[in-house]
Amino acid sequence: MDWYIILAATIKIVVFVFLVTLPLVAMSVWAERRVSAAIQDRVGPNRVGPAGLLQPVADGIKFLLKEDFTPNHVRKTYYWLAPALTMIPSLLTCAVIPFGSKLFGEKMVIADLDVGPLFVFAVASLTVYGIVLAGWASNSKYPFLGSVRSTSQMISYEISLGLSIVPLLMIYGELNLGHIVMEQAQNGWALLPLWGDGLSIKGWLLSIPLFISFVVFTTSMFAETNRLPFDLPECETELVAGYHTEYSSMKFALFFLGEYAAMIIGSGLAVTLFFGGWSLPFGWLTPESVDAEVPFWHGLIHLGAFFAKVILFILFFIAVRWTLPRFRYDQLMRLGWVVFFELALANVILTALLLMWLK
Amino acid sequence: MAIVVDRPKLKWWEHLYLPALAKGLRITLGHFFKMLRGNTKVTMQYPEEKWDANLPDHYRGAPALVTDEQERERCVACQLCEFICPPRAITIKPEEIPSDDKWAKVEKRPKVFDIDMIRCIYCGFCEEVCPEQAIYLRKDYAITGTSREEMVHDKEKLYEIGGVRVGLVNKWNALK
Repeated sequence: MDWYIILAATIKIVVFVFLVTLPLVAMSVWAERRVSAAIQDRVGPNRVGPAGLLQPVADGIKFLLKEDFTPNHVRKTYYWLAPALTMIPSLLTCAVIPFGSKLFGEKMVIADLDVGPLFVFAVASLTVYGIVLAGWASNSKYPFLGSVRSTSQMISYEISLGLSIVPLLMIYGELNLGHIVMEQAQNGWALLPLWGDGLSIKGWLLSIPLFISFVVFTTSMFAETNRLPFDLPECETELVAGYHTEYSSMKFALFFLGEYAAMIIGSGLAVTLFFGGWSLPFGWLTPESVDAEVPFWHGLIHLGAFFAKVILFILFFIAVRWTLPRFRYDQLMRLGWVVFFELALANVILTALLLMWLK
Repeated sequence: MAIVVDRPKLKWWEHLYLPALAKGLRITLGHFFKMLRGNTKVTMQYPEEKWDANLPDHYRGAPALVTDEQERERCVACQLCEFICPPRAITIKPEEIPSDDKWAKVEKRPKVFDIDMIRCIYCGFCEEVCPEQAIYLRKDYAITGTSREEMVHDKEKLYEIGGVRVGLVNKWNALK
């Protein structure tokens, strides 16, 4: 039986990480360029393949063929280590995200851990090491400033990121992402309690703290993934390219891909926690329990629903990037420590009071 | 004197930042969907669409040599264009027309006529100065090549671009 489990896990890792997430990363780079072009009344890359869809492939080939240049003044070991340390944690977090319900009798999650969100936060915060090492090893001023900014930013927003989902965990009393999704499938999504047990005064009242935690979570996610309006670690106008100024070719590509992978996993986590993961609205095609068998085509629809939601969320990420100006650094820190930290804490207390009152 | 600009006093809901986000998203997504519906006028897709039909009559493209209606090369190798050419793109080597030739009375013709299109600045002085109206600026603008040699237009190439021009100068016609 052991070999079967190992084989299934290997297939899931290969499919979900290398055949789904990485192409999704490439496609989101393309989407970013096309959507930003459309927002600015431009055309965007439309030459390679139909509608420019093969542009990521061309970019990848370009990155691979470029000279892999290592400047003389860098600390070589850490300089080489940093891009991998940015990319790997982003991909590791795929492990606990439930991509779908069940297919061929297998749960569509690589590791069905009982500490899902904790694992994601623990591993995702490792990305900061990659950025710090990149800035330190580059031995030059702009990367250094970028990495210092990034460190303080990530540490500040990690707190509110972690605290923001505590209300959710209190309400569901569960840390297994698969169970949270099942709960939402049966009783209404966290932000859309319109069916099952969610369709009650309790469900509606509890959606108030859930909405607050969604706002805090999403904003902290933007900060954690270093995207506008919080892209101070690499803001082009001040720091050239921030922490990856000294990097070129595939090493730069790893930073770039790591950032987008983090964005996709972040979207996946937001969808799983707040928008019912792979479930369809109004409890359609919902299995009876987590372990119940699911017909083959239901499983496929669930996978499709998850990715549709994730893609919509990524589009939201992109639209926000091209809408908002960058924060000033003191504003960023104030927002993190003075507003979001307190807001998340107050939200935990509010949820506790609501749960006590509604018991 | 320094002018102090007062910061606007924000309402409490303006401090929330979320209404501003919604407002901004309305603008950006408005542009996005306008583009999706195809209502945005965007730049010309160059190799597929070209500006050719809209080129004005006075457009100055690649210079070229022309022949007249009797297939005589109009150029008499007077070298005025070579002399006037500001970037010295034109090289002419004249030769005498042998006396048994049909056009022996013209006396001179270019043996070599090269225009270096890397040097040419499309000023049109050659066309202006030519007493025989033998050189014209055509509307070709996409002059490309993969080597410097390829970018030098020789006589055949110039006549190929130029083609035939009828009328204009009649002094060499048989009647006169």
